[in-house]
Amino acid sequence: MESLKRYLPVAGLLVIVICVQQLTSATDTAYYLTQLTMASYYSLLIIGLCVLMGYAGQISLGHAGFFAIGGYLSAALTSNDFSAYQETAVMQVMDKAGLLMQRQSLYGESLLNVQPWAACIIAVAVAVIIAFVLGIPVLKLKGHYLAMATLGFGIIIFRIVLAAEFFGEADGISEVPPFQLFPGIAVNGDFADRVQNYYIAWGLLLFGLVLLLNLIHSRVGRALRSIHGSEEAAEAIGVNTARYKLYTFVISAAFAAVAGSFLTHYNGGIGPSEASVMKSVRYVAIVAVGGMANLWGALIMGILLNFMSLRGMFGTYDDAVFGVILILFMLFAPQGILSMNIKGIIARLRSGK
Amino acid sequence: MDFPLFLQYLFAGITYGIIYAIVAIGFNIIYNTTGIINFAQGEFLMLGGMISISLLHFMPLPLAIAAAVIITMLVGALIEILFIRWIDNPSVLRMIIITIGISILVREAALHIWGESVRALPYFIGSAVTSVSILGTKISPQVLIVIGVCSIVVVFLSFFFKFTSIGREMRACAANRKAATLCGINVKNMVTFSFMLSAGIGALAGAVMSPITYTQYDNGTGLAIKGFTVAILGGLGNSPGAVAAGLILGIIEAFSISFLPLAFKDAVAIAILLIILFIRPHGLFGSREAASLKEF
Repeated sequence: MESLKRYLPVAGLLVIVICVQQLTSATDTAYYLTQLTMASYYSLLIIGLCVLMGYAGQISLGHAGFFAIGGYLSAALTSNDFSAYQETAVMQVMDKAGLLMQRQSLYGESLLNVQPWAACIIAVAVAVIIAFVLGIPVLKLKGHYLAMATLGFGIIIFRIVLAAEFFGEADGISEVPPFQLFPGIAVNGDFADRVQNYYIAWGLLLFGLVLLLNLIHSRVGRALRSIHGSEEAAEAIGVNTARYKLYTFVISAAFAAVAGSFLTHYNGGIGPSEASVMKSVRYVAIVAVGGMANLWGALIMGILLNFMSLRGMFGTYDDAVFGVILILFMLFAPQGILSMNIKGIIARLRSGK
Repeated sequence: MDFPLFLQYLFAGITYGIIYAIVAIGFNIIYNTTGIINFAQGEFLMLGGMISISLLHFMPLPLAIAAAVIITMLVGALIEILFIRWIDNPSVLRMIIITIGISILVREAALHIWGESVRALPYFIGSAVTSVSILGTKISPQVLIVIGVCSIVVVFLSFFFKFTSIGREMRACAANRKAATLCGINVKNMVTFSFMLSAGIGALAGAVMSPITYTQYDNGTGLAIKGFTVAILGGLGNSPGAVAAGLILGIIEAFSISFLPLAFKDAVAIAILLIILFIRPHGLFGSREAASLKEF
């Protein structure tokens, strides 16, 4: 019964996802699928961040950094030519293991790259390791200190991708090859594969959502909520607060890295703006609007706001819109959009107060 | 490295260091009266620079800077009254997010008013190539002006907090808000005033540094991070500590350029921030016991 209650909304969402796709093909508006696909990758990061912020109560202003680690490593490993290093031991081993591939660039030169799936695994693994190493000292901090430390991490990643030739400096990396998941199914930006990619992205998002829903309804989830309520109290009843906070941090970093890797293959490239502080702030804003400890709220707002932003509905005020949303929600509805007491507000207006 | 070059780096370090110290003191003033870290602190410097550059078309330089300082102080007061004043018992997380939102708004407003172009005030004395000789090395007089003005601000503030009644009232709020209220101090007004004061010194620093460092709409974030690093290094709330820490960070940064690519200059400061946060979160000069009593 309990688990039925948990999965019913997920099934509902799946039905909506299929309906939306059918609707767009029926009304000849399949171009919406492009933004919906991208929005769902961003939302994958956002639900991961939601568990970290809302359930474990730890702010991170550096999640664009993990997204960039995933995206940039995937892009660099699959797009930079490694044929100069062909003779080195590392490359020999990778070649034997079938991790390398030969392909032709647009200009007909032959390139030696890492296979996309191997690159994706390496990228996510690096993000996880960095999150782990960073998380041990960082998560000891609280409040302002934690915010600044994660912000600092984000800026370091931004500086590195902006300054390193390996990551294409200010131009970023383009011409990223498709990511072959199964024979005939690839993550790429071809118009012909738009429907297929829409389902890949949403499948991944729903899978991530189920994972997190299970997590927050498990022993770990209860421990996390007790940490959010009062860390001292949780500690006193024997919850290993440091370990649970670290797990959540690492999981959310992994979600961000996976999202970054897939979205980079979908877009066929990545630029330094994906690592910028403004992106991290935007993710925090969306989680805040969704209501911090509300996975569904974060998911819905993640899709909605990213979709609107990607469609260009906010024009040149894109960042400003997120700033305004952030302030308004924190001032008037710190518990998020789904908890707004609309009836109460109307009643108050009626009574003229 | 020969001696004149060493001095060049040293002066560059002191110049940036004292600017960081001013930002850090801005953080401290607001932190002491409210317990809030104002993430929009860097934006005050950007506003000071931008507004004085715009006003320069209509009035002489000293007047333009004075007007810019006053306008920025009003902006600071407005921010406090609109976004901070009426919130009861906000959580730290909520205040962090609100001040980040404010910094985005100010920056985006600046982007739409002044555009993306990099601007600068003219050099106060002479031009970009004017220099004075000190111990065999050539220094721009603007560098000396920045160091001078910022030092005066620091001295002025320490006198202000010690000897004027309003300064003492602000210190009372920092020590104990409830007790200050019971003594008849209007704590809310003191908070507004602390925002104005830290906006004012930020704007002044932003204006005098503009000829050397240039001003762009997104200057603020970088300065805020550096300023925060310095505030932590010196011990949050401790202004003399902030000056010392600012000079240390500025000089380390200046010398780091001689062996690291320029692009990694910011990374050095942030790496220092992370290390300090991990090993001595109460700062170089702060005491561990006092820090553990504070709410972050």
